[in-house]
Amino acid sequence: MNAQPFTEIWVYLAATPLLGLTLTLVAYQAGYWLYAKAGFQPLANPVLIAVAIVVAALTLTGTAYRTYFDGAQFVHFLLGPAVVALAVPLARQWDSVKALAWPLAGALAAGSLIALASAVGLAWILGASAATLLSLAPKSVTAPIAMGIAEKIGGLPALAAVLAVTTGVIGAALGKYVLDACRIGDWRVRGFALGVAAHGIGTARAFQVNAEAGAFAGLAFGLHGALAAVAFPLAYWALVHLR
Amino acid sequence: MLPGLTWLLVFQCLGEVLVRVTGLPVPGPVVGMLLLFVALRVRRAAPQPLTLAADGLLKHLSLLFVPAGVGVMLHVGRLVDEWVPILVALVVSTALAIAATALTMRALIRWRGGR
Repeated sequence: MNAQPFTEIWVYLAATPLLGLTLTLVAYQAGYWLYAKAGFQPLANPVLIAVAIVVAALTLTGTAYRTYFDGAQFVHFLLGPAVVALAVPLARQWDSVKALAWPLAGALAAGSLIALASAVGLAWILGASAATLLSLAPKSVTAPIAMGIAEKIGGLPALAAVLAVTTGVIGAALGKYVLDACRIGDWRVRGFALGVAAHGIGTARAFQVNAEAGAFAGLAFGLHGALAAVAFPLAYWALVHLR
Repeated sequence: MLPGLTWLLVFQCLGEVLVRVTGLPVPGPVVGMLLLFVALRVRRAAPQPLTLAADGLLKHLSLLFVPAGVGVMLHVGRLVDEWVPILVALVVSTALAIAATALTMRALIRWRGGR
């Protein structure tokens, strides 16, 4: 039996999607384990830990992002079916959602507008470049939709995805403290606010805390994605053409 | 689980097709979600395999964002150059958006309840 030298095994593994996929799942398991160890403390966000582990591993082995993504794309792909899956908790909670139709619509409009205006406004005042501003605009929308919006308005899709994921992590980490400071006790309101401001990562956090909060967060995350996908490119078009 | 996952993919495909046929500027999966929602409301109860697949996928929703997050590697230069505006904008605007959404929703619930 001829054992292959380690470098040959590495060359083989690095060329298959297996490594990127395995690394993503192992890093997430490690992140989730630490998150659980920390008593589901919101600051120990599992996405943040997993991203840090993967980036460290890729940097240490000199692996390119593109090579990693060949494997990780199978996980990334599931974002689509996950958005479709939001229909299930939404249908389950529909009676309580229907009763709140107007408060939900008003809250979504207010949250979406504040997220967009304050992010772009602050970054502009602090001197960010145009490409960064346009990539920052859809940051409260879930990563795949944010990428589509950035592309339509002239931002950088990959940067928009990173900024959206970072926003999700920040929202999931800070949400509890902001909502406590505002003295919000209603799980429906807490969940919806997390979903509007921190899309899928905020929704994941909400599902971990309370089922009703999770359903409202999922609703907010889906509605905000749909609204932004239509409204942001139109608003940008109007801004550019009508002044 | 498998039949449930199949249904999710079927509805995503329907959404993508509808978006392309109509030219709607909405992402396909969002339309797929709306179609599945309508189907579930018509049927009254979600079939168990679908519930299983949906809950399983949503339980680890945050896993799905890891590959996009690792994309941070591609933009290290820009992020180092502009880290102050980016970090301030993200932290402050996210906190503001959470507060604005929650306070608006609570005010509207109270206002309606008060009438």
